[in-house]
Amino acid sequence: MAELRIEDIIKPENIVFKKTKLFTDKPLSYCPGCGHGVVHRLVLEVIEEMGIEAETIGIAPVGCSVLAYEFMNIDMVQAPHGRAPALATGIKRIHTEKFVFTYQGDGDLAAIGTAETIHACNRGENIAIIFINNGIYGMTGGQMAPTTLPGMQSSTSPYGRDVETMGHPMKITELVSNLPGTRFVARHAVHTPALVRKTKKAIRKAFENQKENKGLSFVEVVSNCNSGWKMSPVESNKWLAENMLPFYELGTLKDE
Amino acid sequence: MGELRLMKGNEAIAEGFIRAGVDAYYGYPITPQSEVMEYLMLEQPEKKTGMVVLQAESELAAINMVYGAACTGKKAVTSSSSPGISLMQEGFSYIAGSEVPAVVLNVARGGPGLGDIQPAQSDYFQSVKGGGHGDYRQIVLAPSSVQEMYDFVSIAFDLAYKYRIMVLILSDGAIGQMMEKVVLGDQIPRMTNQEIKDKYDSWAITGRTPGREHNVITSLDLDQENLERHNHHLQAKYREIVEKEVVFEEYAIEDAEYLMIAYGTSARICHKAVQLGREKGIKVGLFRPITLWPFPDKRIKELSNQVKGILSVEMSAGQMIEDIMLAVESKIKVEHFGRYGGVVHSPEEVVIALETKIIGG
Repeated sequence: MAELRIEDIIKPENIVFKKTKLFTDKPLSYCPGCGHGVVHRLVLEVIEEMGIEAETIGIAPVGCSVLAYEFMNIDMVQAPHGRAPALATGIKRIHTEKFVFTYQGDGDLAAIGTAETIHACNRGENIAIIFINNGIYGMTGGQMAPTTLPGMQSSTSPYGRDVETMGHPMKITELVSNLPGTRFVARHAVHTPALVRKTKKAIRKAFENQKENKGLSFVEVVSNCNSGWKMSPVESNKWLAENMLPFYELGTLKDE
Repeated sequence: MGELRLMKGNEAIAEGFIRAGVDAYYGYPITPQSEVMEYLMLEQPEKKTGMVVLQAESELAAINMVYGAACTGKKAVTSSSSPGISLMQEGFSYIAGSEVPAVVLNVARGGPGLGDIQPAQSDYFQSVKGGGHGDYRQIVLAPSSVQEMYDFVSIAFDLAYKYRIMVLILSDGAIGQMMEKVVLGDQIPRMTNQEIKDKYDSWAITGRTPGREHNVITSLDLDQENLERHNHHLQAKYREIVEKEVVFEEYAIEDAEYLMIAYGTSARICHKAVQLGREKGIKVGLFRPITLWPFPDKRIKELSNQVKGILSVEMSAGQMIEDIMLAVESKIKVEHFGRYGGVVHSPEEVVIALETKIIGG
């Protein structure tokens, strides 16, 4: 009996979906239902489709995506907490022909790394910043983030975020869109197929903009954290649509 | 014979960065070393060699820009003074953990806290023991002249690449600000991207070359057994550096009965103090560590068999003396003398200290 091969079962003409080549074979460390895996895939699909994997350098943050370099089969460095835009600046300034991106969460980008984020944007560094906003510190176990909504519970705001004493959630995307150094600023989401497609277009634009050296591209992705929010993946996506999106409105804030 | 110029220490080292073929300088202003970036901005090395000069928003950002550039195999450097160097310690620890080559200049000033802007040597512990977290070391070079500010740049980068380690040039406000003649060498060309690929493709993140695995630079390893192995590897590297890279200088040591040990500005003062002491009939010599880490403890131990006592002279409350005492193993008397908080001792004060603390003490 002849050996049975996968090609005999699935004909090439019938393939509608396959693993992106630029994913490594490491199992993702993200919780089932989390948006990180989807956004990883979109970034890698864009790099693959543009054929720029030999010219791309990525910077991983501290947070849930600290291990992004384990899954993305491209050259990467893991930055100290919040400092990814500084590393990206240091790299891009002497590798102007390379594609450089950071991949950061809300605590990394909008709390500890606020100065690095604002100043990289303000200098108009010719890089892409991919920003995952799930309103919580996922990696450390669900603490309040700079983006946690008013009244939202977390392990360090167990009675809900009291804006009187804990401050207001920060719309850093609106903030950077007002800086002259940013060229393209957009907010998207990945909890429906249609929104996934829109997010991919924005990420593609953020990479393509680097060819023209006209400033910084900033793509926020409002995502869920079903573990941190203590919900099922389905519930968390519903909660995201009903609570996160009215506060963090989707759309293109700036495109020059 | 190279080109002869009269320069400040800060200017000489800035010129050294250009001529050593450095790819990028990222910095933040702080007295007494702001002339480094000012000189570079004025010289516009991007037009000569393609070297990038960028003023960062903080010392934190500056060291992380250096970290990023260094990860790609490029020669990257920053400079600061004591309070700014404290801010950079996070970056130093990451650079050590992930093993990338980098060079940092500290033109030290008085502390603690914001302190003052006068020269001091009170950053010794932070420099040689590690101011950041984790078991790590960095090579520390201590120039004592404007010429050495210039010369040590190339030496520092050679060591940084040889061991994939951070090299700290520990200077102080006196050497940064003083003017002396300096002989400049020829321009060393910057490494091309192809040279970096050829030499460092095993680790540098230059974009995944077709046919090789992706390169990853990280200091994270969540498996404690792996992290212990990585630490063993680092410690083996540090032992090799201790074995091979110790550098020091001796003056009037042959017949010496007493020894002064000093580095940087204090070594210049002690040079004069040795002459004053000898005029008074005291057989005293000077030992100057040039590498503060690795510390020249073997040679100091040898000398402790020759001399009756050692005066450690440092513009601090007494930091290097701890390493001297470890080397000497309590066989002879070792005392500290130094003015600090930005005050610089005179040669005469040093001789009096030698007489009262060591000879008469």
